[in-house]
Amino acid sequence: MHLAYPAVLAALLFCVGLYGVLARRNAILVLMSVELMLNAVNLNLVAFDVWLRDALHAGQALTLFTIAIAAAEIGIGLAIVLMVYRNRGTSDVDRLRDTAEPAESGATPESTDEKAEAAA
Amino acid sequence: MTTTTLAVLVPVLPFLGAAAGLAVGRAAPGFVRPLAVLPTLAAAVLAVLVAVRQGGNTVIEASTQLTPTGSVPITLGLHIDGFAALVAVLVGVVASCVQIYSTGYLREDPRYASYAALVSLFTAAMLLVVYSGDLMVLLVGWEIMGICSYFLVGHYWETPEARSASLKAFLVTKLGDVPFLFGLFALATDAGTFRIDGILSTVASGGLDHPTLVALLLLAGVAGKSAQFPLHTWLPDAMAGPTPVSALIHAATMVAAGIYFVARLLPVFAASAAAMTVLAVMAAITMVGSALAALAQDDIKRVLAYSTIGQLGYMAGALAVGDRGAAVFHLLSHAAFKALLFLAAGAVIHAAGTNSLTAMSRTGGLAKRIPDAYWTMTVALLALAAIPPFAGFFSKEAVLVAAEHTALGERTGIPAGAGWTVLVAGLLTALLTAAYALRLWLRAFRGRGPQAPDHGRQPIAMTSVLWVLAIPSLGFGLGAAYLDDWFDGEALTPTLTTAVLGTGLAVAGGAVTYAVWRTLAARAVPAVTPPHVAHPDAEAGLVEAEALHLPHPAEDPADPGRALLGPLHGPAADGFRLDALYAKAFVRPVLGAASLVRFLDREVVDTYVRGAAGTAKGLGWLVRRAQTGNVQTYLSALLAGSVVLAIAAVALANAFAGA
Repeated sequence: MHLAYPAVLAALLFCVGLYGVLARRNAILVLMSVELMLNAVNLNLVAFDVWLRDALHAGQALTLFTIAIAAAEIGIGLAIVLMVYRNRGTSDVDRLRDTAEPAESGATPESTDEKAEAAA
Repeated sequence: MTTTTLAVLVPVLPFLGAAAGLAVGRAAPGFVRPLAVLPTLAAAVLAVLVAVRQGGNTVIEASTQLTPTGSVPITLGLHIDGFAALVAVLVGVVASCVQIYSTGYLREDPRYASYAALVSLFTAAMLLVVYSGDLMVLLVGWEIMGICSYFLVGHYWETPEARSASLKAFLVTKLGDVPFLFGLFALATDAGTFRIDGILSTVASGGLDHPTLVALLLLAGVAGKSAQFPLHTWLPDAMAGPTPVSALIHAATMVAAGIYFVARLLPVFAASAAAMTVLAVMAAITMVGSALAALAQDDIKRVLAYSTIGQLGYMAGALAVGDRGAAVFHLLSHAAFKALLFLAAGAVIHAAGTNSLTAMSRTGGLAKRIPDAYWTMTVALLALAAIPPFAGFFSKEAVLVAAEHTALGERTGIPAGAGWTVLVAGLLTALLTAAYALRLWLRAFRGRGPQAPDHGRQPIAMTSVLWVLAIPSLGFGLGAAYLDDWFDGEALTPTLTTAVLGTGLAVAGGAVTYAVWRTLAARAVPAVTPPHVAHPDAEAGLVEAEALHLPHPAEDPADPGRALLGPLHGPAADGFRLDALYAKAFVRPVLGAASLVRFLDREVVDTYVRGAAGTAKGLGWLVRRAQTGNVQTYLSALLAGSVVLAIAAVALANAFAGA
């Protein structure tokens, strides 16, 4: 098989993932998009490993690592999203802006309330 | 022990005493008094021993080189000739007297420990100046004295007078010390050494290239330290210090250092006729001006301060006519009676509860309250007025004889004009000195009015010292015949012409003052009681500190000084308005420059500092705007940045590859 197919597929997957990360509002969908990007990379690793005929198959080995780490990452990410949803009643990335610079000097009472809530 | 070891111990002992006194002063107050008195006393005894062993004719030289300097070497050396031996004895004895007197005078003072340690340090510095055989080491002692005088004059630093007086003493003497330092460098460059004997041999062989420049630069420092005419203004104000400090500064240390320095390096000064003439004129102006000012002062200590300036003028005059024997002789006898005058004045101020002569003249029976101070002060004033056979007569005659010899051209190398200047000014000053000495005595001890309060007898530590110092004031002059060997071998005995002239003028001055006083005293005395201190029963030191605040009573018509001076009285009481002149000429420009610097600092330099902070703050404000809290915005910016970098990298790689 020609290298172009998996490479183009990987690029498309990466772009879809990138779009999802930058544009989706739901935190779970953002995480899913991150998975898409990771898998695009994995696809590249495997395809180039085959194309280069690497004796040690370093690309495939690294892919296994990436899958394992991605599993751990998505577990922690989903747990965080779950906690956020339980505390805030939403998982909308646009509304989770506690780290924003306050409009003028000092934090508003509202945001301090939110922080106290988050700490609880 | 060898004489050299003894001589080294003389300045070291008071120094160690000072260090120990400062170290244990707070922890162990019981040790302060012994630590103050014993090292100084031991130094005095050792100084006497050194003088006896030295014998006046053999010069003791010993030196060890300090670190190599690369050019002119600096050595830690002793150079003890007859002058050094005798002056060291004087310093030791007077400092011991002052320390013993202080134990009684400042008994209750909370800062006695540091005071005593500083007096010891002062003494050690003066002894270093006296014994040092190297000008750089001499300068160390010279400057330590400057800083010690600052601390001691400002002893009562709670009062604004003492604070400003200590600053003035320090700054005015420093004003002289800067040219002095340049003079030392110029001298050492010419002579190739800082050693005094080396310099003297260079001068003797005529190797000094710029004698006038060097001598004039050095004279500036001498005028500052020894309170000569343009730089004398610090000395009357230095009366804000405790009386024993005044005694120490005026008799043994500080002011004596300048005269002693010139005496030691007299050949350097004598190499330049111009310098000798300047010195003679300076001395003459100082003598006459200070005697006039002394006649007009109301504060008893200021009278004594001006008399010190005048007597230093005599010494400077003797040096200007090239007779250092006479100068140091007068230095020694003056030290004895001036220390006595100040210490007795301390007792008088304590008993009278005021330092104003006008107030004393309206208090009766002061003499009966303090018989020791009364009698010893009488002796000292007679010595000051140069009445035979007191010490001052012989030493002043020695100066006048020297001036007469020079005036008549019997001394080569020194302009006769200098001799005439000193002689005429000296005779005029003799007249004035007798007048103000008698005025002081009459106003202090012959007052009429309510009886002085009775505080009982003064502490024995204070009275005994007065009698000890009265002995040299009375009899030191009789030893003049034996002193020739210690000095340059010139006769110090009085001659008939000057003795008759000087004594006659002194007696005339005294007689006129007495007559005026009698006439004025016969008139009605105003009934106003002048102010006295609120707590006359307190310790002597506290009474004096309190007396500093008292307003001086308005001009007293019964003051003989006022009648004698006539229209001169006002300017003379102000020290001829020299302070006001200096304030206009120097203080105001300096203050103006200071406010200019303040403006530049606050408004120009600080603007840049504030601007730097403001710029950073503004930029920070801009960057903070970008922080929206939306993670996706950040990531978009990250992506955009990566894309731009990637494109740039590719484009650059292509560009370089193409080139």
